[in-house]
Amino acid sequence: MNEPPALLLGFGAQLAAGTLVTAGLAGASLAGGLLLGIAGAAARMSHRRLLRTAARAYTTAVRGVPELLVVLIVYFGASAAIGRVAALFGVTGFFELNPFLAGVAALSLTFGAYAAEVLRGAFLAVPPGQTEAAYSLGLTPARAFCHVLLPQVWRTALPGLGNLFLVLLKDTSLVSVVGLDELMRKSALAVSYTQQPFPFYVAAAFIYLGMTAVSMAGIQVLERRAARGMEWSG
Amino acid sequence: MMAGLQGIAVESTAQLLAGAWLTVQLTALAMLAGTTLAFPLALMRTSRHGWLRAPAYGYVFFFRGTPLLVQIFLVYYGLAQFETVRDSLLWPVLGEAYWCAIIAFSLNTAAYTAEIIRGGMLAVPRGERDAAQALGFSHWQEIRLIVLPRAVRQALPAYGNEVILMLKGSALASTITLLDLTGVARTLIARTYLAVEFFALAGLIYLLLTLLIVRGVRALERRWARPGQAIETVPGTRHGDLLA
Repeated sequence: MNEPPALLLGFGAQLAAGTLVTAGLAGASLAGGLLLGIAGAAARMSHRRLLRTAARAYTTAVRGVPELLVVLIVYFGASAAIGRVAALFGVTGFFELNPFLAGVAALSLTFGAYAAEVLRGAFLAVPPGQTEAAYSLGLTPARAFCHVLLPQVWRTALPGLGNLFLVLLKDTSLVSVVGLDELMRKSALAVSYTQQPFPFYVAAAFIYLGMTAVSMAGIQVLERRAARGMEWSG
Repeated sequence: MMAGLQGIAVESTAQLLAGAWLTVQLTALAMLAGTTLAFPLALMRTSRHGWLRAPAYGYVFFFRGTPLLVQIFLVYYGLAQFETVRDSLLWPVLGEAYWCAIIAFSLNTAAYTAEIIRGGMLAVPRGERDAAQALGFSHWQEIRLIVLPRAVRQALPAYGNEVILMLKGSALASTITLLDLTGVARTLIARTYLAVEFFALAGLIYLLLTLLIVRGVRALERRWARPGQAIETVPGTRHGDLLA
């Protein structure tokens, strides 16, 4: 009785477009989150008490609050802030932050808070003798940092950062709540047209699963590269 | 004007606290059911038989590889699509957002908790298992009396993290109409337009709940610690993984 359905009842292209937005959101948030994570880790290990306290407050607050709430706070908070600033200049009305930008900001904040802890742990795991040896060989502090410390930090931090990326990838779905047309919202739109929630959410699930599998393979390649020459030490 | 504002403040605080209570309920019930399901899953994952390992691996891969939001939508909206579900005896349960949230959360946390238990099982020193075998323990006795008790103690810090993740994940209940802490904050904001204020207040309550969980897990760990077994507090390991 049923006609052979086109790919996902004709919504295949929509889901594909959503998948691209999801991937872009994850990539941009990864970049922003890594920067925040490096800054956070540096601040946590700083000699200045104020920086240490601020970084600690940031990581504790963000890690203790639901990611969905962070997305909502950034989106509505920033929109309200823009509105207030605009009101100062005599412009009134409702201002809306671009949901993609709000999503990148919120997910970067979350990723950065966890990444700061991972990176700090990785820094502390490099024996101090490594830096001392580099100095005694006549390397400048900058060279010792880039050529001796950083590769070892990277190797230790990679599994933790990889896990955080897999979490980030799934958290992108939360940005659908503030109206970004990523995979989850495209699926919900298809559902509201077709009244067929099950196949579309299953399709979305398997697309996320595919992205997770691809990311895991990529992380493994990076880990193997980072461990070059270390195979013998297990 | 003042009295009106105060009235709103008192009323909305009461509503937020009611939301927090629902959040605690959802988290606690999901952890209870999820942990119960996690033990058989972990045993299957570590089984010697491939036909037991494979389905458990698939389960864990699916629930850890897809967003919780998809899972909750599949249970709440997806299942309702089928007439057989709507006509079944289970409909009084599957038609309720409350139970759908608990089912989705339980299935999700079971996958993560199973991996945590498995990690604890693999960390049990080989010698202890050898010793159990040398004493003539059966395979089940070895698992039940030696491996699992050790694994549970070993896995406690990671389990504490999972409770916190579930608490935070429970905010997704607000996407299927439930008035948990996040849901209440969202409705208050729709009514008052005080977005920053109410979301910050809700965030503060989540933070307090998180700190309570951290405290609780630490107390439990101290109680279960064996004499002579040091409690590590090195950052990045064990406690460092809970909120540092």
